Amino acid sequence: MTEIRGLSGQSAGGTVPGGTVVSEIRGLSGKPVADLTLEAVRAGEVSLADLRIHPETLERQAVVAQEHGNPQLADNLRRAAELTQLPDDDVLGIYEALRPGRSTAAELTVLAESLADRGLPRCAALVAEAAEVYARRGLTA
Amino acid sequence: MTSPQPVGRIRFMDQQRVNLDGFAVEDPELGLTAMRSPRDPDPSLVVKDGRVVELDGVPEAEFDSIDTYIARHGLDLAVAAEVMGLTDVAFARLLVDPAVPRAEIIRLSAGATPAKLARVLALLRPPELGLAMTKLRARRTPSNQAHVTNRLDDPLLLAADAATAAAFGFREVETTVPVLADAPSNAVACLIGAAFGADGVLIQCSVEEALELELGMRGLTSYAETVSLYGTEQVFTDGDDTPWSKAFLTSAYASRGMKMRVSSGAGAEVLMAGARGQSMLYLEARCVALARAIGAQGVQNGGIDGASVAAAVPSGLRELMSENVMVMMRNLESCSGNDALMSESDMRRTSRTLPIVLAGSDFVFSGFGSIQRYDNMFGPSNFNAEDIDDFLAMQRDWGIDGGLRTVAPARIGELRREAAQACRAVYAHLGLADFSDEHVDLAVDAAGSKDLGETDTLAVLSAAHAIRQRGLTVVDIVAALDECGYVDMAERTMAFTRARLTGDYLQTSAIFDSQLRVLSLVTDPNDYAGPGTGYAPTPERQREIDAIRQARGVEDLRAVQARSAVAMLAPVGPARPGQGPRDVVIGVSPAVGRDVWRCLSGLAVTGVLREMLAGLEEEGCTGRIVRFNDSVDLGRIGLAAARLAGSGIGIGLQGKGTALIHRRDLAPLANLELYSVAPSVTPELYRLLGANAARHAKGGTPDPARNPYSDEAIEARYHTTVIALMELERRRMDAAAPPEELSLEGLT
Repeated sequence: MTEIRGLSGQSAGGTVPGGTVVSEIRGLSGKPVADLTLEAVRAGEVSLADLRIHPETLERQAVVAQEHGNPQLADNLRRAAELTQLPDDDVLGIYEALRPGRSTAAELTVLAESLADRGLPRCAALVAEAAEVYARRGLTA
Repeated sequence: MTSPQPVGRIRFMDQQRVNLDGFAVEDPELGLTAMRSPRDPDPSLVVKDGRVVELDGVPEAEFDSIDTYIARHGLDLAVAAEVMGLTDVAFARLLVDPAVPRAEIIRLSAGATPAKLARVLALLRPPELGLAMTKLRARRTPSNQAHVTNRLDDPLLLAADAATAAAFGFREVETTVPVLADAPSNAVACLIGAAFGADGVLIQCSVEEALELELGMRGLTSYAETVSLYGTEQVFTDGDDTPWSKAFLTSAYASRGMKMRVSSGAGAEVLMAGARGQSMLYLEARCVALARAIGAQGVQNGGIDGASVAAAVPSGLRELMSENVMVMMRNLESCSGNDALMSESDMRRTSRTLPIVLAGSDFVFSGFGSIQRYDNMFGPSNFNAEDIDDFLAMQRDWGIDGGLRTVAPARIGELRREAAQACRAVYAHLGLADFSDEHVDLAVDAAGSKDLGETDTLAVLSAAHAIRQRGLTVVDIVAALDECGYVDMAERTMAFTRARLTGDYLQTSAIFDSQLRVLSLVTDPNDYAGPGTGYAPTPERQREIDAIRQARGVEDLRAVQARSAVAMLAPVGPARPGQGPRDVVIGVSPAVGRDVWRCLSGLAVTGVLREMLAGLEEEGCTGRIVRFNDSVDLGRIGLAAARLAGSGIGIGLQGKGTALIHRRDLAPLANLELYSVAPSVTPELYRLLGANAARHAKGGTPDPARNPYSDEAIEARYHTTVIALMELERRRMDAAAPPEELSLEGLT
């Protein structure tokens, strides 16, 4: 069972809504999904980065979500696409900073700016909005 | 005078299990009200320059964090005026009008405020809620989720139970731990086990967020659903989150390729004393609007941990189902609760779940306890391993698809052994833990963790620690399976890992089917538009639903009866009229001594005859046995026997055990004594029947037997067997065949 099946059971080479050819899907490392075989595992050629979802995949799914009546899910998937470039600890660190009473508004604003600088504009906007609302609602440190 | 004790009737009613349940006086101030409270706002939505400046009666300056997030991100302002302009009744009717497609409801609901949806849903009566659910759920094919946990976090039992759950048809398996640090081991054990049961089952390990994300990132689990939302800012903050932290977490899961749904549901705010005097449905409407706003693909609601709070107030169950339908209106996946035991009464808990099973949901249960109640580390679900056969029967009774299927008992045994052995092999191969052959045997056979006896729980903890510290991933598990000789399972797990990377299962309501095809809002959209449309089981699936293992046909019964056959009751010649005044004939039905050997009571037919003959002899009569081949009717058999007997008294006996005494001058249906409840007749009663027949023959006074009574569902138990037994009798019937005298050898 080495073929890749995508939507509606199409095998490798088929297309999915959003127009991407399934066989072109890659892991975050850039390795084609079709290369993630048991033989590759035996050869020690599969790393965790190969198993991580690629931002282009998330972007393509965002298009599909938008076309199926859920722009909010699309936004979420696009924020997720941005987050693929951050290490796990950074992701968990941002989550912690956003919990109630953890950060001052100024700290959140700085965090938003740093995210924008690192090329995560949507995540930056989320954090910037939190800074504003948290200050008004007493959710800051 | 002290207050008198209630009468016996009331004392008896008090003892019924339903009276163990708590029922609350409706109290809106405490939030103990289901559908509507005086403190619920009137729906309103004011938009100025593309910005929401009033939401459900609250001006923008007073928006709390939940209002703010919904107002800024959750509403489609392009349809807001249109939907908010509809009367509640007009909108409610659209929900149940088959001519109005799901897409139109989705379009309108996107612009409706929380209070508006709460008001609209409060108008639907229960059957209307069912119809709305059938029409509005996102995925066409209904599905189901299982809890797989145990008190010991025993990996071999988890693997065996995950395989069992997957084989029964559950497409998601959710585990959790009594000991937090065991989580990585539970995830691995369920991952291995489920792969044996079926392809493409999604695994979740419900623990705190950081660890849950970590397990997902390593490919050991593939979805999450315990990201909680609450309906008031105070309770949300007490839960140590905000809408923004949850929105971020939602994206974090997606960024690691994990499916995720949020969790909410009635009663949480009441339990945390933060309901602000508002109804459960309105507060949940805020949660569901927020779920959509933050971009979650789905919601687990329907009470969840607060289900019994909702169930304690009037219309509480209606509220729980309304929550699920509201999720569907927001174009999200519904994982429909039913995962907390909400009553001590079997009738009430069935009443809570059945309407959702009948209507069909993306997940009928957000955790059917596939293990026994005591092993459910989420707390007992509303249905558990105790109820799997009930659920399979309910699916079959109503001809609907609740996601489960029957598996041959032998297959369950094989799967459990394969899964437990593979789990042991992988743990040993990776140097995680060593388990004995005896432990494997116990896990395979165990109905629950109490059957394992004492286990080494420290070994589990140490295995879990090693999995985490060494950073083991799904690739390590695949390699271990492969090297231990489980090549098919290694391939299967790798194929699933690849399939995840397409991201298709991040779409709304996505599951994998057993061919690793994604079924979701996108690939399998619900197209219900009235009778004759929408999901119906394929003929193959319907056969799977119908073929429960308890079903028996005539040939099954023939085989069972054949196992009781003995070399007795041989025909010895044509039956002749008797002469002596003490001659009594026992007439038996056509299949007796051929195909029917055991009565419904479990007594051997020969044993029954022996008792009757002994009863006759005690009273000084002699009995003969004659088989009548021309009728299966007991009255006719008994009467014909009486007419052959020298005494004019006959006994009739059908193979199933029904018996009577007859006299030659009576009409066929007017017998002297009848034992109609064949399953309950004892040897002593058959002997008494013989004795009474003899007394009738002698003109004496019989001692009439009382039919035994029972409060059991005798008809439910025996009617199908009766039908099959009567068919065996009918097939031996030959109107032209004369009566035959049967040998008494071995009977006297």
